[in-house]
Amino acid sequence: MKINKNLEGNTLTLALEGRLDTTTAPDLEQAIKAELNRVDALVLDFSKLEYISSAGLRVLLSAHKAMAQKGGMKVTHVSEMVMEVFEVTGFSDILNVE
Amino acid sequence: MKELTLDAKIENIPSLTAFVDEWLEGLECPIKAQMQIDVAVDEIFSNIAQYAYGPEGGTAVIRLEFDAADRTAMISFIDSGVSYDPLSKADPDVTLSAEEREIGGLGIFLVKKTMDAMEYRREDDRNMLTIHKRI
Repeated sequence: MKINKNLEGNTLTLALEGRLDTTTAPDLEQAIKAELNRVDALVLDFSKLEYISSAGLRVLLSAHKAMAQKGGMKVTHVSEMVMEVFEVTGFSDILNVE
Repeated sequence: MKELTLDAKIENIPSLTAFVDEWLEGLECPIKAQMQIDVAVDEIFSNIAQYAYGPEGGTAVIRLEFDAADRTAMISFIDSGVSYDPLSKADPDVTLSAEEREIGGLGIFLVKKTMDAMEYRREDDRNMLTIHKRI
C-alpha cells in the first residue's frame, strides 16, 4: 500500500493506494500517529483503495476517536466494495463518510 | 486441488494472497469476489499467525478446491495449534457507537457476511476452517 500525504493549512489528507490489511495497517497507523499533534483535521482519500480488512477498520476506529477531540476525520471517495464492508460492520454509522 | 504449506507468520500473508489470487484468476473469478476472498484470507490467516501457536511458532496448510458444477471456490486453513473454533464466537454488536466498540471479533464476522458458507472441524489435533464462495 502507498500513502500519499498532503498538508493544507491544518488539514492533513492521506490518499491510500492498494490494500489496507493486516500487513499494511501498521503503516497507516504510524503515518497518522506521526502527524496527529500538528493537524486539526484528517481526510482519508480512498479513491485508490482496493479493499479493507478488519485490521484496517481498527486503525480507522482509533484515528476517528483521536480526531473526534479535534477537527474530526473524514473518509472520502469510498468504493462500493469498501462501502459494503463499512455497512456490514456498522462503520458507516460511526465514520464520517463522504 | 492445490496446497501450500507455510510458516504461520503475518509476513507470509502477501505470498499467500498471491497464491490464492493466481488460482482465482485462472478460474476467471470476478474481481469483487476475489477481493472478498482476499480479505477472508487476511482475516483467517492472521488469526492463525497470532493465536494458534506459542512463541515457537508452527505451520499452516492452505488447500484450494473448486467445485466446477456450482462454481464454488473452497479454501481450507489447517493448523495444528490450540483448538479454536472461530464460528463458536458470538457476533459483535455492530450498532454500538465508536466509544463503546470493542476491537475483537470483527474479522471473522466480516468473513461470515461475505462468504456463502463456512465450516470448522477439529480432526487429528488439527483445526480445519473452510470457506465457500460462489464465483
